[in-house]
Formats: sequence, C-alpha cells, structure tokens
Amino acid sequence: MEDALFIHRLHFAFTITFHYLFPQLTMGLAPLIVVLKTIAIRKNDERFNEAARFWTKIFGIDFVLGVVTGIPMEFQFGTNWAQFSKLTGGVIGQPLVMEGVFSFFLESAFLGLFLFGEKRLSKWGHWWAAFMVFVGSWMSGYFIIVTDAWMQHPVAFTRGADGSFQVNSFIGVLTNPWALLQYAHNMSGAVITGSFVMAAVGAFYLLNRRHEEHGRIFLRVGVIAGLIFSILQVFPTGDLHGRYMAKHQPATTAAMEALWKTQAGAPMVIIGQPDVENQRIDNPLVVNNLLSFLIYGTTAGEVRGLNEFPRENWPTNIPLLYFSYHIMVGLGTLFIAVMSVSAFLLWRRKLYESRWLLWIVMLCLPFPYIANTAGWMTAEIGRQPWLVYNLMRTSEGFSRNVSAGNGIFTLLGFMGLYTLLAILFLFLVYREIDHGPGSAIAALGRTASKLTGSEV
Amino acid sequence: METVWFILVALMLTGYVVLDGFDLGAGIIHLLVAKTNDERRLVIRAIGPVWDGNEVWLLAAGGTLFFAFPPVYASSFSGFYLPLNIVLWLLVLRAIGIEMRAHMDNQVWCDFFDGLFAIGSILLTIFFGAALGNVVRGVPLSKDGVSFAPLWTDFRVGPQPGVLDWYTILSGVVAFVALALHGAHYVALKTEGDLNARTRNLAKMLWPILAALTLLSLFATMYVRPGVMDNYRNHPVSLLVPILVVGSLGLIFTSLKRGDDFKAFLGSSTYLATMLVGAAFALYPTLLPSSSNPSLDLTIHNSAAGQYALQGGITWWTAGMAVAIGYFVLVYWLFRGKVSIETGEHGY
Ligand code: HDD
Ligand code: HEM
Ligand code: HEM
Repeated sequence: MEDALFIHRLHFAFTITFHYLFPQLTMGLAPLIVVLKTIAIRKNDERFNEAARFWTKIFGIDFVLGVVTGIPMEFQFGTNWAQFSKLTGGVIGQPLVMEGVFSFFLESAFLGLFLFGEKRLSKWGHWWAAFMVFVGSWMSGYFIIVTDAWMQHPVAFTRGADGSFQVNSFIGVLTNPWALLQYAHNMSGAVITGSFVMAAVGAFYLLNRRHEEHGRIFLRVGVIAGLIFSILQVFPTGDLHGRYMAKHQPATTAAMEALWKTQAGAPMVIIGQPDVENQRIDNPLVVNNLLSFLIYGTTAGEVRGLNEFPRENWPTNIPLLYFSYHIMVGLGTLFIAVMSVSAFLLWRRKLYESRWLLWIVMLCLPFPYIANTAGWMTAEIGRQPWLVYNLMRTSEGFSRNVSAGNGIFTLLGFMGLYTLLAILFLFLVYREIDHGPGSAIAALGRTASKLTGSEV
Repeated sequence: METVWFILVALMLTGYVVLDGFDLGAGIIHLLVAKTNDERRLVIRAIGPVWDGNEVWLLAAGGTLFFAFPPVYASSFSGFYLPLNIVLWLLVLRAIGIEMRAHMDNQVWCDFFDGLFAIGSILLTIFFGAALGNVVRGVPLSKDGVSFAPLWTDFRVGPQPGVLDWYTILSGVVAFVALALHGAHYVALKTEGDLNARTRNLAKMLWPILAALTLLSLFATMYVRPGVMDNYRNHPVSLLVPILVVGSLGLIFTSLKRGDDFKAFLGSSTYLATMLVGAAFALYPTLLPSSSNPSLDLTIHNSAAGQYALQGGITWWTAGMAVAIGYFVLVYWLFRGKVSIETGEHGY
C-alpha cells in the first residue's frame, strides 16, 4: 500500500507540474496583451497591434496545451484520490464546479471571439474580448487557488459522522485569508513569467537584428512589467504569505528553513545542505537573526524549530522542501536584480544597445518557470504529511482500489504523451518566434487559424 | 433537493452529449466524407470556434457530480480507472488533432492530425457509450462503496462484469452510430456542394442502422436490468419519453427525405436528449447501481453532499449556468451560417 501511495503522489505531482507550465504563461500574457491593445488604440499605433497579434498567436498555442493538460487534472481527484474526494467533495467540489461554470465557459466563449473576431468586432469590441479572456483566466486561477488554500488552511466546514467534510459557508471558503495571500503571490508569479518571456523574445530579436522595431516594444513592456511584479512577488506578497504560514504551519516553516532548534534571533540560511539524520546544515552560509526579523519584524522573535513537533508530523521530504524554497527565493532575488538594471538602462535609453544585458535577459527565460514550479513544490511538499492540513493525512486519501501497477501504467502513459506535447509546443512556438510579427494581414490570417485548423 | 441535483447532473450530461456530440460525430465521419484538403479544413472549421466550449460541458458535468454527490464521483472515477484514463488520453489526442493541423502547410502533417482527430473521436464515442452502458447495467460495488471493474472479463453480463461486455459494447456501438448521424447532420448544415451531398447520403445510410440498434438496445436493456421498467410502470406519463425517441427518429427520416438539414439536426438532438433522459429516469433515484446486490446501490439518498451546499448551490449554480448559456447563444449566433474557405470575412 505504501508503494501505491507513492505512485499516486508522483502521478499527481507530475501531471499538475506539467499542467502549470502552461497556465502561468496564459495568465501572465493575458494582461500584457490587454496592455498592448490599449496602447495601440490610445496612441493609434499599428505597431502595437502587430505586437498584440504576435503574442496572441503564442497565447493560442499555450492555451491549447493548458486545456489538454488541465482536463486530466479535473478527473484525477476521482481516479487517484478517491478517498480524499469522497470525504472532502462536500467542500472542494464547490470551487471546482464554480471554476467550470463561471470561468471555463467564459474563457472558451471569449477566446473564440478574441481569436476569430478581430475583423468582425469593432476596435473596442475586440479589446473587450481580450479583456474578458484575461478576466476568465484570472478567475479560474482564483477558484483553483481557493481549492488548494482550503487544503492548506481548512475553513468554513463541519464534519459528518462518517468523517466527511461539509461546507457551512460558501463565502467563508471563497474568502479564506490563505487563498487571498496565495492568489496575490501566485498571480504575480504568473505575470513574471509572461513579462520575462516577452522581454526575452524582444532581446532575441535585437541580438539577431531582426524585427527590431517590435523587439524594442517587447523589451519595454516586458521590462517594466517584470520589474513591478518581481518586486511585488517578494514584497508584499511573498513576505505576507511567509508570515501567515509561520503562524499556521509552523512545522513547515521550520522545515523550509531547516531550523531544528527553537530559538530567539533565529538565523536565516542562505546556502547549505540540510542533513536530516544529524540535524544540521552542511557548508552553511547564514545571516544571524534574519529569520526572526522577517517573521516577527524584530530580531528577538522566537521561531519554533522542528524539534518541537512530533516526528510523524514533520514534512516527509525535508531536503527537497528546503531546496525548492531556496531556489524560489534565490531566483526571486535574481529577478529583481536583472529587471532593476534593465529598467535603469531603459530609462537612460541605453538598454537596446547593451548587448551583454540583452544576453542575460534572453537567457533568463526558463527561470520564472523554475521559480513558479519550485514555489508550488514548496507549498505542496510543505503541506505533507497532511492532505488537509492537520485533519487528513495524505496516506488516507488515495484510491485504495487502484493498485500501484495501474498507477504506474497510466503514469508512464502520461509521461510519454506529455513528452510529445512538449516537443510539439516548443516546435510550434519556435516557428512563430522565427516567423516574427509579420504584416498585419498575414498575421491576422495565421491567428485565426490557431483554433480552427484553417486559414482565413 | 437531491432530486433537483440529480436532474441537473443529468441535464449537464445531456447538454454535453448533444453539443460535443456533433464535434465527435464530425470527427467520426471526417475522413469518410471530406476527400480533399479543402473539405477537411471545412469540417474542422465548422466546429473550430465551438468545440472547446462544448467540451467544457463535460468538465462542468463532472464538477457538478463531484459537488453534489462526492461518493459517486469518487467511486465511479476510481472504479473505472483504466478506461477513464484512456478516455483522457483520447481527449488530449483529439484536441491536438483539431488544433495543430493548420500550423504547417504540409500534407503529411495534415494527414497525421486528421487521423488523430478521427481515431480520437471514434474511440471516444464507443467508450462514452460503453460508460453509459456500465451505469445502466451496474458495477461491482463493495460495502464501502468502492468498485473496481476490470476492463474485460468474459464479455458476459454477470454479477462481476468487466467494463466491456456484450451489453456495454452494444451501447458503445449505439452511441457511435447515433453520434455519427448527429455529426453528419451538423456538417451538412454547415456546408454546401459536394461535401453537403456526401454527408446527406451517409446520413441516409446510417438512419436504418440506428433505428434497428435502438430497438435492439431497448430489448437488451430490459433483459440485462429487468428493473428499468419500474419507474415507467409507476408513472405512465413518462411513456412520453420513448414516444419522443420514436418521433425524433421519424423527424430525422422525413427531414432527410426533404433535405432539411436543420430539422434533421433537431431530430438527432432530440433523439440523443430523450435517450439520455429516458435512461436517467429509469435509473432514478439510483446514481450508480451495484451489479451484485441492490442494497449496495449508490443513490441520491446515501451519497448526497450536505444540505447547506445543495440548497445554497442552486442559486449560484443556476445563475452561472444561465450566463454560460448566454455566451453559447452569442457565439453560435456570431458564427452562424455556412462555412467556406473563399471569403476571409464570413469564414464562419
Ligand atoms: C493558478 C493557476 C492554475 C492552477 C494552479 C491550475 N490551473 Fe488549470 N487552468 C488555469 C489555471 C490554473 C487557467 C489559466 O485558467 C487555464 C489554462 C487554459 C484554460 O482554459 O484555463 C487552465 C486550464 C484548465 C482546464 C481546462 C479548461 C478548458 O477546457 O477550457 C482544466 C480542466 C483545469 N485547468 C483544471 C485544473 C485543476 C483540476 C487543477 C489543480 C489541481 C489546475 N487546473 C491547476
Ligand atoms: C499548479 C500548481 C501545483 C503544483 C506545481 C503542485 C505540485 C505538487 C507536488 C510537487 C505534489 C507532490 C507532493 C509530494 O508528493 O510530496 C503535489 C501533491 C498534491 N497536490 Fe499539488 N500542486 C499544484 C497545485 C495543486 C492544487 C491547485 C491542488 C488542489 C486543488 C493540489 C492538490 C494536490 C494533491 C491532492 C496532491 C497529492 C497528495 C500529496 O502528495 O500531497 N495541488 N502537488
Ligand atoms: C524572495 C521572494 C519570495 C518569497 C519570500 C516567497 C515566499 C513564498 C512562500 C512563503 C510560499 C508559500 C509556500 C506555501 O504556501 O506553503 C510561496 C509559494 C509560491 N511562490 Fe514564492 N516567494 C518568493 C518568490 C517567488 C518567485 C520569484 C516566484 C515565481 C516567479 C514564486 C512563486 C511561487 C509560487 C507559484 C508558489 C506556490 C503557490 C503559492 O503558495 O502561492 N515565489 N512563496
């Protein structure tokens, strides 16, 4: 049984992690496309329309991948986590069905109008379609975060005699404070992905001396948005989220920092490898008092260490948790650095000629993906050994009637299928980038073909 | 309250089958009726702007089941673990087939994705039909409400049946023919010329097969589950449902004769809807029957979510769906009319 549990966890982790690679760009690009379209209308500048169309093409491909990898997620709660679904469906069924009813319908309808409607809708009509796509994707993000946040920090429920959870306030579930913090942090992370991708493509064009006109637009929008959201990511969203966590999931916080002993003036480890057996950190580089300060605003604050908690309640994979968290935070710091320098040079009108920096911006492209993934690993591994924090263990949630063998079979199936999807995605996106923001008419025809398999 | 949610789940599924049904049907007949590259583009263009929205009905139906009857969701999804995962893979492949075709101007590429689209659609309809057959026939449920059905055993209908036996395969074939016909009507409705003529001919060939299969499956169902007639016997008004099924078959027949694609499409939509409503009515109040012992059935009484959820849910759920239906009306209206590949402006 132990074995089956592991397979089901790996199954979920693999499919959700792959899925989230796509929604983060969907949610991150959507507002940027709205910005491009707004500037195009306000300034009556056709170049911004071309830029918007170009990103719409990338958006279309990304969206398809988000849809096809999202559908399995919706069903996996039932297939692989039957016990969990049976007991908690009375609560988490709510945000999940809300996501379908309120946002997927909206997104799918307006996406059609957005991709095919540029010629038949007025300028503002088409802007409106783009805006609704943005609203739809951000709403679905909210409902899914509410689901996850309830597992992290269960609220607004009663328990039935059979141990099942039943919601007792819809509003309570939707306004879970954990969800609000997590949402702010997560969405900001998505915009970081969107702006880094946009800036990287801009840098690629300038370095290549092709499509330079558009490349400069991409860089400008990407760098400004990237700087704003890199800062928001750390402060206030990451900071508040971390403090709230220290209060409600103290064992997780201790494990993220690999802090064994309860202490006032707790240090923060910048680099070092946790050694769980001997409860120490190898090759540490620490800043004294910093952890207490970050959590309590004073260096005297007492932070609880892992030793205060029973061993069976420790997160199950402390090193992975610790590294995920440190990778996320480390990259967050790097993002602020890169974007500050770029924004400074942009302001001094030197960015487009600073090839060394363009190289850096271009090569940063994968990092937001890594940071977002590491963030989710922090959240999910940190929640262990609980499926519903403090109330239901992960080992109680999986489908007991589905054996490890069955799980491995479908896991391998998904791995194979997703490998092909990834290749297809990279291939098609590269083709679009290589083709570049073409002339208005050609671009429109190609955009319309995105969802239909046909050209206008 | 439980009854209301039973009806809503049934309606969502019906909505899914009627709407995505024609996308699936279009996929089934795709390679058969569309010969040239242009014709294939037309078929895909006919469903292009709407298929994703149609598929959301499946997600929303699953979500509604999860919300209102969590144990049924848990038990059926994990019980049908392998077939359901195959369905998921097929859904992925079909979507990729529809979406990726136009990205390259290259024969091999287009043929490959057309093939994915067709194979995905064909296998999906058979699986969906078989799934419905399983729900009508019953599944091996144990005391704590879990089941695990092997993909196949000896293809016989017993207390320990497989997911595929002769009865569920028959249901799969009925679904296959019904959706092929439904899809043919839709494609005929959206196209003109040769393509239109070919789809109409195909529909004429499919009609008698469907009529015969419908009758056959009715007798098969009465044989496999003698209890299905109870609800009908207790409420004679409900005999309207089978009458409507027959009536819709009649409507398809006469409309095909007269070449009225729209009425034929209405006919097949009514056929699908009444078949599903009929099955749901026969099952009520059971959601997932046990194949061995009726006392283990999962019914609306032993598997509903809390009263607060169900009562409050009505408000926001109905409001949300009303708005969603509004989007559908808007999109179908904007993309009304025949599709063509000559004009850019009125392509849809
Ligand atoms: C914070 C963001 C986020 C997260 C954590 C997830 N998703 Fe997602 N998902 C989206 C944000 C999103 C999105 C941006 O809203 C997508 C991308 C394409 C789309 O239609 O919506 C989407 C697509 C998408 C679809 C396809 C919708 C369609 O057909 O149009 C489904 C079924 C799911 N998701 C379900 C899930 C489930 C069950 C998840 C968790 C276990 C999950 N997603 C994690
Ligand atoms: C998109 C971002 C997400 C990522 C990258 C992610 C990542 C992960 C990872 C890495 C695990 C494995 C943890 C472990 O085995 O120790 C996991 C488990 C899990 N997550 Fe998430 N997750 C995400 C979102 C969600 C959401 C939104 C939900 C709920 C609605 C959720 C529910 C679960 C469940 C049920 C498990 C399985 C039990 C477990 O092992 O913890 N996850 N996830
Ligand atoms: C240095 C700054 C950062 C701090 C202090 C910080 C803090 C946190 C904390 C405390 C969590 C919660 C883990 C949990 O919920 O269990 C988290 C999660 C997460 N972080 Fe960060 N983070 C930072 C930077 C980033 C960056 C740069 C990104 C990506 C661009 C990112 C993306 C995420 C994501 C996607 C999650 C998981 C979802 C969530 O819980 O919101 N974070 N972060």
